[in-house]
Formats: sequence, structure tokens, C-alpha cells
Amino acid sequence: MHTASLLHVLAALALAPLLPGITNRIKAWFAGRHGRPVLQQYYDLAKLLRKGAVYSETSSWVVRAGPVIAVATAVCALLMVPAGNVSAALPFAWDFIAVAYVLGLGRFFTVASAMDTGSAFEGMGASREVLFSALAEPALVLLLASLARTAGGDATLSGILAGVDGSAWSVHAPVFILAAAGLFVVFLVENCRVPFDDPNTHLELTMIHEVMVLDHGGVDLAFIQYGAALKMWVLALLVVGVLVPVRTANPWMDLAFATGGVIAIGAMTGVVESTMARLRLVRLPHLLIGATVSGILAFVLQGR
Amino acid sequence: MWIFLVGLAVQAAGGVAAWILGRSARVTHALGAGGAVLGAVLALIGVASVLTERAPSTLRMAWNVPYASLSLGIDGLSALFLFAIGVVGAASAVYGVGYLGNHHPVRKLGACWYFFNLLLASMSVVVTARNGVLFLAAWEVMSIASFFLVTFEHERDEVRSAGWLYLVASHLGAAVLIVLFVLLGREAGSLEFDVLQAATPSSGVASTAFVLALVGFGVKAGFVPVHVWLPEAHPAAPSHVSALMSGVMIKTGIYGIVRTLLWLGPAQPWWGWTLVAVGLTSGLLGVLFALAQHDIKRLLAYHSVENVGIIALGLGLGVVGLTMGQPMLAAAGFAGGLLHVLNHALFKALLFLGAGAVIHETGTRNLERLGGLMRRMPATGIAFLIGSVAIVGLPPLNGFVSEFLIYAGALGTGLRVGPEQAAVLFGCAAGLALIGGLAAACFAKAFGVVFLGVPRAPLAHPPSDPPRTMRAGMALLALGCVAIGLLAPIAVRFLIPVLSAGTDVSLEIATLEMRAHAGTFQKVTMVSLIALSLVGSLWLLRGALLRGRPVSRAPTWDCGYAAPSARMQYTASSFAQPLLHLFGALVRSTRHESLPEGLFPGKAAFSTHAHDVWMETVFTGLFRKAQALLDRFHWIQQGNVQLYVLYVVVTLVALLLWKLN
Repeated sequence: MHTASLLHVLAALALAPLLPGITNRIKAWFAGRHGRPVLQQYYDLAKLLRKGAVYSETSSWVVRAGPVIAVATAVCALLMVPAGNVSAALPFAWDFIAVAYVLGLGRFFTVASAMDTGSAFEGMGASREVLFSALAEPALVLLLASLARTAGGDATLSGILAGVDGSAWSVHAPVFILAAAGLFVVFLVENCRVPFDDPNTHLELTMIHEVMVLDHGGVDLAFIQYGAALKMWVLALLVVGVLVPVRTANPWMDLAFATGGVIAIGAMTGVVESTMARLRLVRLPHLLIGATVSGILAFVLQGR
Repeated sequence: MWIFLVGLAVQAAGGVAAWILGRSARVTHALGAGGAVLGAVLALIGVASVLTERAPSTLRMAWNVPYASLSLGIDGLSALFLFAIGVVGAASAVYGVGYLGNHHPVRKLGACWYFFNLLLASMSVVVTARNGVLFLAAWEVMSIASFFLVTFEHERDEVRSAGWLYLVASHLGAAVLIVLFVLLGREAGSLEFDVLQAATPSSGVASTAFVLALVGFGVKAGFVPVHVWLPEAHPAAPSHVSALMSGVMIKTGIYGIVRTLLWLGPAQPWWGWTLVAVGLTSGLLGVLFALAQHDIKRLLAYHSVENVGIIALGLGLGVVGLTMGQPMLAAAGFAGGLLHVLNHALFKALLFLGAGAVIHETGTRNLERLGGLMRRMPATGIAFLIGSVAIVGLPPLNGFVSEFLIYAGALGTGLRVGPEQAAVLFGCAAGLALIGGLAAACFAKAFGVVFLGVPRAPLAHPPSDPPRTMRAGMALLALGCVAIGLLAPIAVRFLIPVLSAGTDVSLEIATLEMRAHAGTFQKVTMVSLIALSLVGSLWLLRGALLRGRPVSRAPTWDCGYAAPSARMQYTASSFAQPLLHLFGALVRSTRHESLPEGLFPGKAAFSTHAHDVWMETVFTGLFRKAQALLDRFHWIQQGNVQLYVLYVVVTLVALLLWKLN
């Protein structure tokens, strides 16, 4: 394992709460507001970690375990994802399947925690979460499989994304653009961003992720928010791996570019959230099927 | 081999003794379950001694029946299925003691144990038989024994009709199998399996035999569309029997297909693609129908259809790999499919036992009436949770291992072959991902609705964890799920003899590929262990942070409404509704609603019913026509035994005359 891989894990663990802050800052800028401090998420986490806890009367140990498992699975996913040209800390063949399934484990327990509160709203959020993630899964597999076929045919995610360099871009630009677009849609749905879900909404009926964690507070909420930020980082890395084809010989340079790219994805999310409204729930599956279709098109266009 | 046979004899003897000697519930349980468990242990010791080459692997005795011999053999393929039969059989037997309890007449209990043990022993013979006649005889005993187990509560109407449907389905399947064996036996000149394996039938015969095997064994395995008996029969049976049937018995259909493939000579490409198509269809439709169910055991039964689909997908990719000359795909496909046989046996049996505990304690199978059992039945809840995570295919449990092998085969070969084949292989991987995502939705629903929240309807008596025997049965299976999940690098090495004996993958390739996968799974296990230690340390951190701080309980937040009631919870139907709406064209569940009307709305009602589309559109009409046709021959059936004996005599004389000419 290269030191850069290890440093990337540490950097992600430290910098992940920055992402929501950047997204919020961009949104504020679009709205003409000054906005919250960029480090607001750190302040929130510090405050939440100092608090006690209130649990729903209906709940069991599942609601207490959910946030812990969400963080643990996000960290494990981080270990298997490369930062651009910097290999993942723990790469292995078909690790991207493991990434999808490890994140799926976290989601299963988040959904279970939501069901544990016995609330209609949280059940509703849980039901939508499983629907959209079930549709995002095949899109993710197809997109990464098409990328793997285009970029050299390595089985590890690190190998696949290392193959997406400048020379590959000059030949396969349409494939990479489609793949990046599809992966960005998956990024948006998995992190519950506009147009799938609005993290700033105030109506429980319309929420997905936020409503699932309504009954979490204090330390548990801190875990959930940190886990969500880490998950955002992990999935942003997939988009960055395709969109930022900087592959230098210097791992530190690569790491800097990848980190910059992730920050840029955070900003891009802010742009998306500022410039479009969330879609009606019944329209969302169409967008996800669109992501799957871009995976299919990427496969067709790579023409080999 | 002898130890194995002694094990089967102990099982059979235990069953007979339970029926004849059982004077009290206690003695009956001791004889029945004791025989089943002791027999299973002996049989497994026998299998181990054969595999470690301390005992001969085959046994052949003459049998005074034409074309038949008492040939038995244990190879890698048989061993895999025997392992599943032994473990699930023992766990279900122990569980059955508590589940049956002493609520039933002793005579009935004895009969139940007799057929249970007979089912166990006959399944073991099915997967070890090396002669067609012996195989079919054991197959028939297996079907009949399970029929009597399904109709255990025969005083209920729906149980009798489910049993009837099962009997008809399994005999139609068996009829197809008889044709299969006659066809292959005629070609090879013998019904001994080693002769069948050595012979190479012509390509036309081989293709016909493949179709016959797919249909005949497919009925038992539960492929869509011949799965229709499964969602009826499994809920009707007592839960420990459902576990055995759904976990192990339907797998004998898979065993039959794999064994038949060995006799058909070089595989043809369309066989593989057919299996892949059948697998994807069964997987997708199985999970969608499961989502639509309100009955927990029907839900689990449809999930068996889904998982048998995943197994068929793996086997199909294996066959495709053989025909494409891609040993990596062949090894990974077969390995994934066959390991999923064992994995599904463990977690599906565990889920049925968990569901049985719920039914045992609450008296209802209706999801819409359950809720909040995790706090009252913590051990059952954890067992069901382990089963749910495993069946969804999530790490660190065993379901992930077999699905990962299938992914690795499909994706890895998809990178190397031409675009047409790659498109289909990637499509298989995406299909598996979709099935996995939907299964996660379905088990989030099943586990969440039953064990979390609060009960949705008042219960007759407060539920608690079931008796020790039932918990022991569940614990054994849960342990198996965890062990195969975490010890995957070792588990895949055990697949080497299974692959080399049970498929056309050579020993060298199987060894090479499984060693490579073992290396990958070492990393997976490392990730799993990191995840587990992170969960542990974060849990401790959480406890340390909360120590000394106020931790209180309050009502659930319901948009400012401070008195939420159990009826305001999300229901199983509403949880599944968006998905069913999206896939409505495939599921076609019907709605009955009377909506609130007027300024002062009175009573309103809403219900959905997910009938089996195949049963309604295909089989009901088909069987009605068949009945109309057969009614014309009704005059033959006089109900007089002497007359039937006359029929037999006349037929025999006619056959003799025909033969003499």
C-alpha cells in the first residue's frame, strides 16, 4: 500500500464534512445570501457529539446500531475506492461490487432504524430509499462495467480509473462523458440530493433521507451526518475518477487533483441544487433508468 | 459409506419408532428428532470419511427389479447437497420439537416425525443414487413424504387444496423425469449413472433430454412458470417442514439438472442461455411477487423462487462458459450457483424457522398485524435479521459470497469477449444487481414490519422468545451463515471437488480459479473484519460519549402530533406500493377499495391481493380444459377395486400378447 493511499483515507476522513459546507455555500451564493460558514458541519458535529440522547418509545437496539453501522460501512467503502490515480488502500478484483454492497449494508440498517421508530413519515422515507437504491444498483454496475471494458480491462476499481487518462479521453470521450453523467446521477440519488431529494426541505411528506433520520439526535445524528458526508466523498470519487483524467507520475500531485475534484463535485452539487427543482417522485425512476441507459450507451459506444 | 447408510437407517428407524412406540409427546419427540439428528450426524461423518478417502465412495448391490440396482455413490456434488441436508435437517428437527410442542394428538405427532425422517432419508438417497430406477423411487418417496408433511393440518381447507396442488405438480414433474430416464437409458443401454455419463447421446436426444430435465426438475426447483405449487405448499406446511422443503428439498431439482448435464455430452450454447433466461426471469418475478405478499411465509416462498433463479443464473453462466471456451466463467458460474445452493439452504431455513417462531408466538402470518417483536423476542429478531442480511446478499454473510462469484464470472468474462456476448453478460450482472436491490427492499419490509415499530394489532398473549429447542435450531443455521461469510476463502476451496465431480470443469481449472477467488475473498474478509471492528469500537465510543448524559425516551416525532398510535405506522403494503406501482405490469395485484366519500365520511376500506399471474392466466385454464377432457373417461373410474385389478390384468395380457407377436 502506498503512503498516498493511506493519506487519502485520512484526508477523506478529515475533509468529508467540508463537502456539505461547500455545497451550501454555493447555494447561498446563487441565492444572493452570505450563507453558513463552510465549516458549519464541523461545528454541528462537535455540538451534537456533546449532547445526550432521546429515543423513540417504540424503538429497540436497532435504532441505536443504525448510525454506527452507517459510519462503519462508509469507512469500509472508502478503503476500496481510489482517488484518481492513487490506488485504493485495499484494492481487489471486483471491489466495486463490494463497494456497492457494503454501502447497501449501511443503507439496510439506516432503513431498519427508520422503521424502528414506528412513524408513518419515516416508513415513507424508508420505502422511497429502497425503491431508488434498487434502481440505482444496476445503473452503477453497468456504468462501471462499461468503463472497465473501455479503460483497459482491469478488474479492480483502482485499475479501471487509472486507465481513464488523457490519452484514453482523446479516444473515448463520448463513453467517459456518458459514464460520468450516469455516475453523477447515481451520486445524486445515493446522497439524496436535488432532484431526488431536497436536504433543506421542511415538509416531512416530501423527504427521503432527512425523514428517515428524524428521530435521531445527539451522538447518533452526528454519526449519521458524518457517515453521509463520507458516503458523499466516496461516490464523488467515482465521478472524479472519470472526469479528472490527470494521471501524473507523482502520487501527491494525483492526490491533490483528486481531492480538488471531489471539492469541485461538492460545488457542482450546489450548482445543480440552485438551478433545478426536485422532480416529482413518480418521475424519479425515469431519471434512474436514464442513468442505466447511459450505461448501456457507454457500452455501445466503446465499440469493442 | 457404511456409516452414511447407518445414518440413514437411524433416521428411518427413529421415524418408525416415533410413530409406533410414541405413547406421549415427549417420547415421540425424543425418538423422532433424536433419530433425525443422530442420523444426520452419522451421515455427515460418513460423507467426511468418504471425502477424506478413508472409505469407499460407491456401493453396488443387485436389486431384483428390471434395469435397477442398489447403487449409491458419494462424490463432491453429492457431498455438497448432503451437507445441506444434514445441517438443515438437524436444525429443523431440533426446532420441530419445540414448534410442534404438545398441542397435537400424539398419533399425529408420530406420523409427522415418521414422514419428516423419511423425507430426510429419501433426500439423501436422491442425491447419492447412482441408478435411474433407484433415483426415481427415492424421488417418489421424497414427494409423497413431503406431501403428507404439507397436509399436516389437513383439517383446514386451504391446506388440503395446497397439498393437492403440490401432489399434482410433483407428479407431473415426475412423469417428465420418467420420460427423461427412458430416453437417456435407451440411448446408453443402461440406467446406471456411470454408463449414462460415459455415453454420448446424439445432439437431438441431448437437447430433448435437456428440455425434459429443465421442466421435470424445474417443477421441483420452482422455476417460473412452473413454480405455482411453491407459494401454496410452503405456507401450508409446519414451519420446520417449510424450512426443510424450501431450504433443501427444492434443491434436489437443482441437483437433478446439474447431474443430468453430465450425461448429455458436450453442452450446446442455447442450453446455457436458456438457463440464464430462466434464472433471470425467476429471480425478478420471484422477488416482485414476494414484495406484493402480506403473508410472511408466502413472501419467503416467493423468495425461494428468486433464489432458485439466482442459482439457475449461475449454472447457466457456467454452461455458457463451457460452450464459449471461457473456463473462468464456467468455474465462477458453477461455483456461484452451487455455493448458493448451500447458502440459500442455510438462510432460507433460518428465515422460515424465524417466521415459524413468530407464528408460534403471535398466531398470525399476516404482516399487517405484526410489529415490534424485536423487543419481545430479541433472539428470534436477531436470527431473522441475520437471515435477512444473508439472503439480500450483503457482506459479511454468506449470500454475498455466492453472488460475488457470479458477478466476478459475468463481469470478468465480459471484459474479454466480443461485444455481443459481453452485452448479455453485463446484462446478467445488472439483472443480478436489480434482483439484489429489490430483495433488499423486500427484506427491509419483512424484517422492519415484523420486528420493528409497535404491534399493528392486539395480540392474544404477550409474545416472548420461543423454547430453547427452537432457539437452538435457529442458532445453528445463523452460525452457518456467519461462518461461510467470514470464512469464504476456505469455503471456496471446498468447491474444488464439487466442481470437478459435478460439472465439466476440469480439476486443474477448478483449483486454479477457486484459489484465485480465495485470494479475493481474503480481502473481502479483511474488509468485513474491519467493518465489524469499526462497528464495535464506534459502539463503545457512543456508549462512552453518552455515559453520564441524559438519555430519555419520548414519543416518536409525527409532524408535531404527540400521540401517534400503532395504526399510524407505515404498513407492509404501503412500504411496497411504490415498487409495485413501478413494476405493476409484471405483478398485476388487484385492489379493492371503498374510499371515504361526502362531508362526513363513513367506513372506508382498502385491500390489495397479489394473485399468482401464472396460476391465473395459464394453469387454471389449462387444467380446466384437461379436466373437461378427462371427464369423458369418467366411466372407467367405477370405484370398485376388483374392477381395477381386472384393468391391470387386461393391460398385462395385452402387453404380453403384443410382446409375443
